[in-house]
Amino acid sequence: MRKIDGELLYKKLYDSILESGVILPKDVSSEIIKQRDIGKGLSKTVLSKIVENLECAKNSCTPMCQDTGMVLLFVEIGRKISLENIDLDKLINKAVEDAYRDGYFRKSVVSDPLNGRENSKNNLPAVIYYDFIEGDKLKISGVLKGFGSENCSKVFMLKPTEGREKVIDVVLETIKSAGGSPCPPTVLGIGIGGTMDYAAKLSKKALLRELNDENPNPYYKELEDEILEKVNSLNIGPGGLGGGVTSLGVKIEHYPTHIAGLPVAISVNCWADRKVKVEI
Amino acid sequence: MKKIELPLTLDDIRNLNMGDEVLLSGEILVGRDQAHKRLCDLLENNQELPVSLNGQVIYYMGPSPAGEGRVIGACGPTTSSRMDAFAPKLLNAGLKGMIGKGPRYGEVVPSIIKNEAVYFYSFGGCGALYAEKVISNQVVAFEELGPEAIRKLVVKDFPVIVAIDSKGNNIYS
Repeated sequence: MRKIDGELLYKKLYDSILESGVILPKDVSSEIIKQRDIGKGLSKTVLSKIVENLECAKNSCTPMCQDTGMVLLFVEIGRKISLENIDLDKLINKAVEDAYRDGYFRKSVVSDPLNGRENSKNNLPAVIYYDFIEGDKLKISGVLKGFGSENCSKVFMLKPTEGREKVIDVVLETIKSAGGSPCPPTVLGIGIGGTMDYAAKLSKKALLRELNDENPNPYYKELEDEILEKVNSLNIGPGGLGGGVTSLGVKIEHYPTHIAGLPVAISVNCWADRKVKVEI
Repeated sequence: MKKIELPLTLDDIRNLNMGDEVLLSGEILVGRDQAHKRLCDLLENNQELPVSLNGQVIYYMGPSPAGEGRVIGACGPTTSSRMDAFAPKLLNAGLKGMIGKGPRYGEVVPSIIKNEAVYFYSFGGCGALYAEKVISNQVVAFEELGPEAIRKLVVKDFPVIVAIDSKGNNIYS
């Protein structure tokens, strides 16, 4: 059993969160720049402003967007590691709290969703999923999830006989009704299968993949490509002002499901696709 | 590119057309969900508002905290449609402009036409860029709402696009 250095894990997670709020991952920023270069009219104007904004954020160490999100993390624990003396929940939440305070990130979490909605003032708690993996590594990956886009995310419980075409339909319907609200160009994570909640979890997991990460399953790769092409034909465009690119990428994760069901979840992320990634 | 000194005059509003790129300079108010709810509650009860809306422009925004020596933190727009239920009441009370992101629904467009007002799109997610356009930042009401308090900003060359003009032309439709 390999022992995990708690202090090192905390430091790495803290640094990753701080950087994530300010600097966009290279795959996303490169794609935005590429789209700006081929863009026209208002689409080009919006993408140019986004690129300018990324420069401002980097130079002034200011969060790229004031909605620094709610932190959503997937923790993958290798079966060969020992977490003796480490309270992972506590360690993760401390890294979140400290990074949000020190980075001047906005505290956007309310302690009760309905009753009073008082701000927790430290952006806690984070949403954390734990999974086991083979090996002796501990991996934490996730997103700072802004809610302009999260409010456009949806789950559909389709009929099993409705199949592939209906899956495409509901994604298009979701993106169409979202329009300019989720700050396009967006990134879409789609979860298919499992149960209602599991499909939603998968849709978030799909968001973790890099834009150029090709789905190893040819059926789903083709579906990703087709959905991306169709979404980009909706003419929503950057900022929802029409023309140009609507989504930068579509990623799908799937899982076995029940004979009676076809759960489909769509997580919409804004162009500020801020990712956290730590491995120890 | 049009440059406009705030407050908006009726001439300014009438000359703005959907799709125009505009740089705003001068005073703007800031308010989002909870502030809108409270302002509308006050209007409904015929109580005095803590700020005058007359001729004003309101920006749907809740900033991140200002870093040391800074005027404001990241300050890009939030989604406007959450304010749709309240916006017509504020327009009827004298508000002339709104700045946010995303389409508007319900009675907002008819109310914009009726009140000769304008809705500006601001660049979604561009909080760091907008921070550089803010010269001063002051909380003027509902301080207890934290990032949702009503603020008065002085801005310089604040970039926006006319999304819905006073004739009702709508960039989202």
